[in-house]
Amino acid sequence: MNKPAEIVIVGAGIVGAACALELSTEGLRVLVIDEGFPSSGSTGAAMGHIVVMDDSEAQFAITRYSQILWDDMREQLPPAVEFDPCGTLWVAADETEMAEVHRKFDYYRERGVNAEILDSQQVREAEPHLRAPLAGGLRVPGDSVVYPPCAAGFLLQKARELGARAIHGQPVASIGKGVARLADGTIFAAGFIINAAGQSAPKLSRGINIKPRKGHLVITDRYPNFLHHQVIELGYLKSAHSLTADSVAFNVQPRKTGQILIGSSRQYGAENSAVDESILARMLQRAFEYMPDLSQLSAIRVWTGFRPATPDKLPLIGPSPEDPSVLVAAGHEGLGITTSLATAKLICAQILGQRPAIPIQPYLPSRQVTAEAHV
Amino acid sequence: MDSVKQLRFDVAVVGAGPAGIAAALAAADSGKTIGLIDDNPAAGGQIWRGAHNSAQPSASSIWFDRLNKSAVQTVRGTRVFHAAQGELTAESDDSATQISYGKLILATGARELFLPFPGWTLPNVMGAGGLQALAKSGLDISGKRIVIAGTGPLLLAVAAYARQCGAKVVAICEQTTRPLMARFALKMTLVPGKAAEAVRLAYNLRGIPHWTDCWPVAAFGNRRLESVRISRQGQTSEIECDYLACGFHLIPNIELPRMCGCRLENGFVEVDEYQQTSIAGTFCAGEPTGIGGLELALVAGEIAGYAATNWEDRARHLFSKRARYQKVVRILQDAFPLRPELKNLARPDTLVCRCEDVSHQQLREHSSWRGAKLHARCGMGPCQGRVCAPAAQFLFGWEIDSVRPPLFPVRCSSLAAIPSHSAPRN
Amino acid sequence: MSESVTVRVNGKPVTVRAGATVAVAVLASGATCRASVSGQPRSPLCGMGTCFECRVAINGEPQRRSCQVLCEANMEIEANG
Repeated sequence: MNKPAEIVIVGAGIVGAACALELSTEGLRVLVIDEGFPSSGSTGAAMGHIVVMDDSEAQFAITRYSQILWDDMREQLPPAVEFDPCGTLWVAADETEMAEVHRKFDYYRERGVNAEILDSQQVREAEPHLRAPLAGGLRVPGDSVVYPPCAAGFLLQKARELGARAIHGQPVASIGKGVARLADGTIFAAGFIINAAGQSAPKLSRGINIKPRKGHLVITDRYPNFLHHQVIELGYLKSAHSLTADSVAFNVQPRKTGQILIGSSRQYGAENSAVDESILARMLQRAFEYMPDLSQLSAIRVWTGFRPATPDKLPLIGPSPEDPSVLVAAGHEGLGITTSLATAKLICAQILGQRPAIPIQPYLPSRQVTAEAHV
Repeated sequence: MDSVKQLRFDVAVVGAGPAGIAAALAAADSGKTIGLIDDNPAAGGQIWRGAHNSAQPSASSIWFDRLNKSAVQTVRGTRVFHAAQGELTAESDDSATQISYGKLILATGARELFLPFPGWTLPNVMGAGGLQALAKSGLDISGKRIVIAGTGPLLLAVAAYARQCGAKVVAICEQTTRPLMARFALKMTLVPGKAAEAVRLAYNLRGIPHWTDCWPVAAFGNRRLESVRISRQGQTSEIECDYLACGFHLIPNIELPRMCGCRLENGFVEVDEYQQTSIAGTFCAGEPTGIGGLELALVAGEIAGYAATNWEDRARHLFSKRARYQKVVRILQDAFPLRPELKNLARPDTLVCRCEDVSHQQLREHSSWRGAKLHARCGMGPCQGRVCAPAAQFLFGWEIDSVRPPLFPVRCSSLAAIPSHSAPRN
Repeated sequence: MSESVTVRVNGKPVTVRAGATVAVAVLASGATCRASVSGQPRSPLCGMGTCFECRVAINGEPQRRSCQVLCEANMEIEANG
């Protein structure tokens, strides 16, 4: 089979970097172009949680597949990537949420994902700073955490060692018909173009629906041993489901430095990156409800980021509706870090004409066009 | 949960150094309510640190006396970390405070520029102003050997103060050139009061070696400073010492003005003749508008205080006095440019970011401050880049990015106390 | 009013003049304030609350900037530089 001409990847965030590495590993010639520096988009603001999710079969499939790929890679990851297999602790505040714990437990166990139900006392033993009483929780030990900019940087670095080229600080003006055109007029010919431009993906490929979903994060000074797992309230799922309201949910993460990352918030239609004091306060108050001692920790920085969100919460992985030589790899919402490696595998399988490890239909961009046509 | 205090002033002054004190007192003449907010345990800023309870009468004691007798409400130990739409949010040891105001005067002063060189992170290597601040805070330096290095008039002031405390000042190492230093001395004599001050200073510093074209190359010691290697006229030599007081002049604390939306010009807050910034009702005086020293800060502070209380003719009366001291800004800029050799002091393993221990070599791989932050973590520590960002700017030419709250690390509960407004400021 | 105040740095009593800061007490005791992330001993640099090298634990509360805290009688200071 003829090897395609150079593949151009637009975007050097986690998804672009993962694609660059996967394709370079297969011996393909890759050029990565980013309008800024690597990870200057959503990846730079991301929390870095690698988590298996159960919102839908398609979401489970891609997060599970990708989580296993991260685990396979863990020995190679340098210290700067801060890979930490701390696991996730989903906490239930009441009996309704506890029922959700049981449902999740069954769902994961049926699919071979290790999980453990904790009662009220056990959940506090797992995380002593959680307030009492909580109904209980679910521990998923296989989940982990990385520092996204360095994770993406590592993937890109490995890709370059295999011959990939990377250009930074160059906005791409248009892609299509085998050509990527930079804003400065430079043209690159390519057999395939991968649109991994995150927030900017819709600018380059018409017909894809990605909207920014703004989030806030707070990072504290170093408090080693304060937190042991990524801890998320089950009420999170209620807020992540809402399509219109601004919402907050308790979601904290331990970093290897001993710093605590505090989230999370979701807002629609908020396009400027300034910190929104109102939602920041709500987010923190929610966190204090679950972990009162957080209120006394020193907060060093607050920042915002945009999750590139699709209406059905699944990423877009596959040919763009208007040009099959452009493959979209974008719209990962809050699961970009987790699903980056699987995305790269699926993209690579499509380019090489190989069978993907998981069914690709749920992620195809063409589903958005079909959905709109049926409205 | 921490309590949240509410304060309201007709005029809020942030920073209780000379500019802020002068502004608050001038504003107080109007009879309006004036708040003077500072993060230190007492008023005075840097140059007047500890002077409020000094037994000896001095220039500052007149000001402190007036302050104590005035109706100005001094809010100590309170650190402003957020500003938006007529409200400040601040934190003290036990609570958060929301401060609303009619007019705002920013007198946030300046801090020292630190440049990295091998050994600069050793204990007892401090800023020049840093050593002085600690000595004023009770550090006993009598009998200690001190090398003072870097650039700017602060070195001389610190040398005089250290000697007064009984320290042995072994040498003053000024990186500027001899001709520039001479021109500086000459020009300053033309500024009112400075000639006499120069004579006093020269007398106080008699016998202390004062070298120009001289800078620190490395500091040595095991767990604390033991000696300094300096370069002078192409030769290096080592000096044993207990402290190295090293700072490369001052950089303005413009973080709060930026958060308020004030426009900058060449890195300083742009103000009109009434010391008003580009934000109506927000004034700025002292070092954030230009490094110009004590007298300029005092008169500019006064002008701001009168202007903020609509007493324009009193403000105008001070314009010519300010003009005489405004010259100092230019004199200082011209006298102490940083020489290019200072860019080459750091070796690959010399740390640039002290909070996160990021080396020069790690930073060289990046082409922007933001990229360096994200990938090497430089500037991601609690100092929020206050030490390393200006150094990185000098070493690599990087532009520093925009300001986000909190302006200082604060308790999470204080962050939650920031009042909500309709539109976040961009 | 007392002219001096006694605090404890790493369990050892240290006497400083009244109005002195905790940073001064740490330095007077011969200790260094903190250990950097790579384990280097660190002490105050700026003296004015911006460099964060002077962080110690005061009465159990960690990450306090000692150059901006006045010594009070019987303060327990942990400086682990």
